[in-house]
Amino acid sequence: MKAFRADPELFRSRREQGDRADLSVDGLTLRFGGVVAVNDVTLRVRTGEFLSVIGPNGAGKTSLLNCITGYYRPQEGSISFNGRNVTHMHTHELVREGIGRTFQNIELFPGMSVLSNLLLARHIHYRYGFLPAALFFPSARREEVRHRRIVEELIDFLEMQSIRHRLVGSLPYGLRKRVELGRALALEPKLLILDEPFAGMNLEEKEDMVRFLRELHGEWKRTIVLVEHDMSIVMSLSERIAVLNFGEKLAEGTPGEIQDDPEVTRAYLGPSEEG
Amino acid sequence: MARLQFHPCGNYRESYGEELRIFETDYGRAALLAGLVLLFAVVPFISSAYFLYVINLAGIAVIGAVGLNILIGFTGQISLGHGAFIGVGAYGAAILATSLHLPLFLAVPLAGCVTAAVGMIFGIPSVRLKGLYLAIATLAGQFIIEYVLIQWEGLTKGTMGIVLPQATLFGLPISGDRGFFYLIFALAVFMTWTAKNLFRTRSGRAFMAIRDNDRAAEGMGIPVFPYKLLAFGISSFYAGVAGALWAYYTMSITPEPFNLDLSIEYIAMVIIGGLGSITGSVFGALFISGLNEILRSLFDLLTNLPLLQGMELNPAALRQFVFGLAIVLFILFEPKGLAEVWRVVRSNFRLWPFSY
Ligand SMILES: Nc1ncnc2c1ncn2[C@@H]1O[C@H](COP(=O)(O)OP(=O)(O)OP(=O)(O)O)[C@@H](O)[C@H]1O
Ligand SMILES: [Mg+2]
Repeated sequence: MKAFRADPELFRSRREQGDRADLSVDGLTLRFGGVVAVNDVTLRVRTGEFLSVIGPNGAGKTSLLNCITGYYRPQEGSISFNGRNVTHMHTHELVREGIGRTFQNIELFPGMSVLSNLLLARHIHYRYGFLPAALFFPSARREEVRHRRIVEELIDFLEMQSIRHRLVGSLPYGLRKRVELGRALALEPKLLILDEPFAGMNLEEKEDMVRFLRELHGEWKRTIVLVEHDMSIVMSLSERIAVLNFGEKLAEGTPGEIQDDPEVTRAYLGPSEEG
Repeated sequence: MARLQFHPCGNYRESYGEELRIFETDYGRAALLAGLVLLFAVVPFISSAYFLYVINLAGIAVIGAVGLNILIGFTGQISLGHGAFIGVGAYGAAILATSLHLPLFLAVPLAGCVTAAVGMIFGIPSVRLKGLYLAIATLAGQFIIEYVLIQWEGLTKGTMGIVLPQATLFGLPISGDRGFFYLIFALAVFMTWTAKNLFRTRSGRAFMAIRDNDRAAEGMGIPVFPYKLLAFGISSFYAGVAGALWAYYTMSITPEPFNLDLSIEYIAMVIIGGLGSITGSVFGALFISGLNEILRSLFDLLTNLPLLQGMELNPAALRQFVFGLAIVLFILFEPKGLAEVWRVVRSNFRLWPFSY
């Protein structure tokens, strides 16, 4: 496996803060009018873990992620991250806390290059003030170069060297998904949340993505929450799986336990398939 | 390191630092340097007083247009109140200079700061409103400011206007068109360069992120609303400085010029110059200022024609018609504006004489 060859100096900022990423969601409920998108869900993610959340369409997976990342406001329940109550934090504050994500329906900056997209994700890591930047002091230049090097490491890792100057809007779907992963990584999140990163990809692209996620979890020790419909991928990557159905948590366990769970089979195949 | 790069027919940069440069080639830098030398060392001495007056106004327009493009072109927040913000800057400088007797080197930046504050207040609706609705809200701002400039007689002397003292810089009087030329263009060049820097660093990139996708911008850790306000503030600061220079230059100001027409003139500059391009704003400002003068002469010519003697010609209507036409033509045929025209011309010439 291709080990990530990042210069350790570059990623010092991340390691100084430590990699702790303990998430706990307690009794979370989110309603849209009459629709209960998330219903009394309790979930734990521990540091270094690879957790997948699965469930049929409309089960509330994206809604759950949107609550965790501050896009939706749950009506009941609480979310805490590394011991801090983050239930009512805004998205941009949660990013600083160390929660980064990708979106189910790609949310990139289409008019900008791959490079600019990734540099934007460095926003919270810049140290220079407004004036040194406006006058482009040597300190500002040095810092721009430093972030550029970090971003280039990620571009190498994700094998995107040849497209770094391409406009994101002109890239095929599979590559955009990869750019989005790169952008999430450039945030240097402690907790990486991925909403269907494999959707719409062909087999080769899926293989690449699996390889990247393996390395991120294995070598990098990233804590990852994955939402995905492709069961073979979920089963091979995850350490633990949570199953949602109609907003409720139906089951939770290792891939083996989930595969053998009759309730999960019923949720997926529908009651009519039984007997 | 000291290797000169002239032909950008291949990317041979060796460090990330080199990629941060504003100009891709040393040829570009050399051309700009030559242009600046020409501008400061030659233009003021060969120009007639009238021509100098015209380019001084164009220089002021450059500052205002760069400011408006930061807001509209780079942050995606439409403002129809830029003309009024320029008025705030003009009145700010006039009041600071007459009531508080502040010298020019304080009055101009302070007028910019006052305008930035006013701009941020009128930018508050952007927390909820986007696009057309925000445009309407800033239109309301335009009318409110116009109203205040006319009615708050205690401060602005209403329609009487304010007469400014002689401009001096550190004891030296700035006299005549040539003196102002140096003041205006030193500031215009500096503020254009600052704007360029803004967009190769963090805050400028955050503005563009908000323009392209505000949901994703939030997900990058960018607090969207404060940054929108910051964009309003910076844009209005530019407007304020432009207005302050205008006030000092014309020496007496009334509320009348800072109306919706002026706002639309600036919108024409950024659209024709190219939305989201600093260089484009400069071109747009020069283009519209030039067009303004051409129309003025044309109008004088027309009114003197015996054929048209009986007709009631209206200069304001003629200008609106031509500006409107220019905007429409550019949107139809070159939506990326003069910046794109310039880019195409350059890329045709850059391999000269060995073009493909
Ligand atoms: N913004 C919203 N407004 C109203 N209803 C919503 C909204 N977002 C989600 N819902 C509803 O909440 C429920 C859960 O949707 P959600 O997108 O979370 O499902 P999902 O598990 O991600 O599905 P999929 O696998 O198709 O992505 C659905 O019934 C959906 O219609
Ligand atoms: Mg979903």
